[in-house]
Amino acid sequence: MIAFEGVACERGGRRLFSGVSFSVAAGGALLVRGPNGAGKSSLLRLAAGLLAPVEGRVVGEGARGWLGELHALDPELPLGRALGFWTGLDGAGTRLAAALGRAGLAALAEVPVRLLSTGQRRRAALVPLLAAAPPVWLLDEPASGLDVDAVALLGRLIAEHRAAGGAVLVATHQPIDLPGAEELAL
Amino acid sequence: MIAALIARDLRRAWVGGGAVLPIAFFLLVTILFPFGVGPDAALLGRVASGVIWAAALLAALLPVERLVAPDLEAGVLDQLAVRGVPLVLIAAAKLVAHWLSFGPPLMLAALIASALLALPGDRLAAVELALAVGTPGMAALGLATGALVAGLRGAGAVAGLVMLPFGVPLVIFGAGAVESAQGLKLLGATTLVLLVGAPLVAAGAMKIARE
Repeated sequence: MIAFEGVACERGGRRLFSGVSFSVAAGGALLVRGPNGAGKSSLLRLAAGLLAPVEGRVVGEGARGWLGELHALDPELPLGRALGFWTGLDGAGTRLAAALGRAGLAALAEVPVRLLSTGQRRRAALVPLLAAAPPVWLLDEPASGLDVDAVALLGRLIAEHRAAGGAVLVATHQPIDLPGAEELAL
Repeated sequence: MIAALIARDLRRAWVGGGAVLPIAFFLLVTILFPFGVGPDAALLGRVASGVIWAAALLAALLPVERLVAPDLEAGVLDQLAVRGVPLVLIAAAKLVAHWLSFGPPLMLAALIASALLALPGDRLAAVELALAVGTPGMAALGLATGALVAGLRGAGAVAGLVMLPFGVPLVIFGAGAVESAQGLKLLGATTLVLLVGAPLVAAGAMKIARE
């Protein structure tokens, strides 16, 4: 569903990596590992089309869902409405309530985003992906700020996405349950 | 989709009094002039349209920092880009929303300002017409500036240096439009140039800032 062919990435004139090739099929997962500054986030941004490779190419089909380090939710709005902006753009407004429930946030729909904890915001940022279900999920440090139960929930949600024929790229330092995932070390 | 973008920007404009501030500032500046110039109604009436335009340009500077920078910092532009929303469309939506939250309120405030400045009643319509033609250009200039300075340190001060020189034609033709039909045409031309150019400049600046 998504593949890199000899991709190289430069940021600020510095070569982060080159010759990266991989391919993730439907139901597959790729775990991107590497020390800080190795280019894990940049690799995901390349996959999302937010950056252009200096060499090689990124091929793939289907919509991508992006979970970056920023949650992109308006802080003054209740969580439900802040997420509703994104699910509305994705044409998935009717599935928002169910997605909130799956992320364990149904009780927080009326709470303003600015009052949520870091971990709650992190889970909330996953909700548009659950609602719109783009085929390829790109998750940059999805477990940062999550407690043990929430990390387990994240693992289950990713497994459900893969079982439904989705693919996922995850860059993380923390252990997340990704059975059968390929690993890419930068 | 563009309606959702405009609605979001409009709503965000009112958060924390963001849209009220420039209008209050505009009125304060126009109130300062009679204090400085003195209560000579004839003199005030002569300078009134120029004062209104200069004050309007200064007021247009205030919202510049909240137009693009918050969306860049919150990752909103990234999320829109992943969804394939063109940056020019985002910029155009921002421009429409910015004008709606700035232009009409400013035109209302200009009614009060013209009374404070003893603007002759027969020229009020001309001032309002000129503002209707010129404020879209001002909003466009503000948006382009906001996108250019987004992510810079001390963005507020830089925004003034970037925006005010480009606003000079608006002030000249805006005040001139009150005097003559030619001025109004030139003001309209300036606004059109800004309306076409600003979304492109803003889109380019947002693209650079995002990377």
